Amino acid sequence: MTERPADNREQFRPADHDNDHFLLTSVVGSYKKPKWLDRARELYEDDEDNFGDTEWEEAKDDAARLITEEHERAGLDTVVDGEMRRTEMVEYFAERIEGYEFNGRVKVWGHNYFNKPSVAETVEYGEQWLVDEFEFTDSVADRPVKVPITGPYTLANWTFNEAYDDDEALAYDLAELVNEEIEQLVDAGARYIQIDEPALATTPDDHAIVGECLERIVEDIPEEVRIGLHVCYGDYSRIYPEVLDYPVDELDLELTNGDYEQIDVFTDPEFTLDLALGVVDNHTADVESVEEIKANIQQGLKVVPPEQLTISPDCGLKLLPREVAYEKMENMVTAAREVEAELDAGEIDVPALGETASADD
Amino acid sequence: MTQVLSTTPGLYPLPDWAKDELANLKGRQKGGLVSGDESAEIGDAYDRARTEVVDLQTDAGLDLVVEGQLRWDDMLTHPLAVADAVETKGIVRYFDNNNFYRDPVVTGDLSATGDVATDLEATVELTDESLNAVLPGPYTLSQLATDEHYGDEAAFLSALAEFLASEAEQFPEVETLFLLEPSLLESPPGDGADERASEAIDTVAQATEADVVAHTYWESHGGDGGIDEKVYAHLMDADVDAVGFDFVANHEDNAYVLSEYGAKDDIALGIVDGQNTLVEEGEEIAERVEWTLDNAHGVDFETAYATINTPTFYLPSGRFEEKLAALGAVERTEVKA
Repeated sequence: MTERPADNREQFRPADHDNDHFLLTSVVGSYKKPKWLDRARELYEDDEDNFGDTEWEEAKDDAARLITEEHERAGLDTVVDGEMRRTEMVEYFAERIEGYEFNGRVKVWGHNYFNKPSVAETVEYGEQWLVDEFEFTDSVADRPVKVPITGPYTLANWTFNEAYDDDEALAYDLAELVNEEIEQLVDAGARYIQIDEPALATTPDDHAIVGECLERIVEDIPEEVRIGLHVCYGDYSRIYPEVLDYPVDELDLELTNGDYEQIDVFTDPEFTLDLALGVVDNHTADVESVEEIKANIQQGLKVVPPEQLTISPDCGLKLLPREVAYEKMENMVTAAREVEAELDAGEIDVPALGETASADD
Repeated sequence: MTQVLSTTPGLYPLPDWAKDELANLKGRQKGGLVSGDESAEIGDAYDRARTEVVDLQTDAGLDLVVEGQLRWDDMLTHPLAVADAVETKGIVRYFDNNNFYRDPVVTGDLSATGDVATDLEATVELTDESLNAVLPGPYTLSQLATDEHYGDEAAFLSALAEFLASEAEQFPEVETLFLLEPSLLESPPGDGADERASEAIDTVAQATEADVVAHTYWESHGGDGGIDEKVYAHLMDADVDAVGFDFVANHEDNAYVLSEYGAKDDIALGIVDGQNTLVEEGEEIAERVEWTLDNAHGVDFETAYATINTPTFYLPSGRFEEKLAALGAVERTEVKA
């Protein structure tokens, strides 16, 4: 029986880390695809073109290498390949799971559509989802690789359900598949898994279903494997403190977008997981300054001590121009390192520990 | 014996060719969305798409044809989005769905545009069947829009009701008018507001000769299931010909309020699922009609509108067409009441 939160973050501290304090820096996952990769996909999907499987695989490898290295260059402690091989967060997995089918595009807003899948039969594990992706990224990365994976509740909720009595039953079946995938990822060497459940924020009444899914997902996953849960864009007071009972190590939240208005939600009762705090906004192309981000990081210290704080953008960066996304990551890492140094020097208070300026003296 | 007529609450998905053609003409950003003064080229694409969805309904055998509301980029707030004294601002979430629309901010006195009437006029030319006009209900519109002019909730609701009434006054002859009121379940009006919501619906209903259906859908928030009893009791005071119920989302609770509080002489039965790609068989649809009529104890309806429970804009086109065909087939099936 594993217990979470588990003590598993030190493994991500780089050997050459300068400060005593360590704010683990990371990203949520998605990143803008280079234009040439979109062009390569068009060529690949065009039957008349002489651009086959080999060329398409090579293009995806090149893009994954490029973005992984971009993350490393920004100084992140843990990296992702920017999800270069994935289409969309539900579609990509639905394409690989038996029981799903696609019936055409549906509207999101205006003239923006996505290929919303339908579950037409009982879901079963089909081809592997992420093991190849992880193995490639791990082979080109010098830093530990984080693997984002869409959670079963979101896979169930953002799908037309034709086969199950309700979304709950579908979510539990999907949770078994996610568990199977994570076991394979762990066998392949993955040590940091992030389960993405954005649907939780839009339908918070279902937090118990998400909890039950997570129990199935992490069953038999060793404690040395760090499990994060990413949730975004919702009313967090409707899921807190219930989320503290989830069997995860870290809760990753979007908070910059709302100007930390919801930060107080997490101060009572005591936040017992690690907090992965969104400190840059993925919906604005304005690059936050290092000073601004440092102030944002200190919002996190109201909730948890530095030992429990992870630093991350609000959400995936795929809608931002690449240079903007890169600058945000770079400033984010700089800000984290400066806050660590100031914590080492005792120059920053940690309200989560009840510290005040006078108590420091 | 209840007369069963098949129809839909409109807001159809664009045919796939029109999704591409219009995205190319209008772009994918919010600045390109429908404003009421689109180019002739855009208008032409919508005309062709309208003809297609009207033909689909006729071929399916639906009794009452809708225009399809294909131009309604902002879903239910479209009539405001094309009105003067309204600024369309940021993209906001549409109820609890993965859909978004431009927040319509009302900044001055509202007046009717005739935009919906113009589209209905165009539809009259396309079919010999009777028409079912579709408008957002005033209460739902008040929940989806932002007021920066009228100052308080009651005044805003009343202004929206007058606005919708003056839009309806411009309509060509239509058989029915569906006022879509999902917010009566999604964010039920409290004490006082419930009565005002009913009065606002009344204001719109009185502006037309058509039979008016106040159509409610989705499950209510907080797990209560069907429509709030007090909200329904007030709705019964509105001068509408029918209330519509979403029997897909919740049949037990809706049957309960019908038995407990009675009903209008007519009723709309949302019995085809507009939220899911699973296509119902004609027989299954007929059974659902029968079940709802059997379970509304003590109520004899003159007309029951068999309909899709919700607008269908986020169904894939192929499945949407199959659902229309299945619903159209229901009138040819024996329905006992």
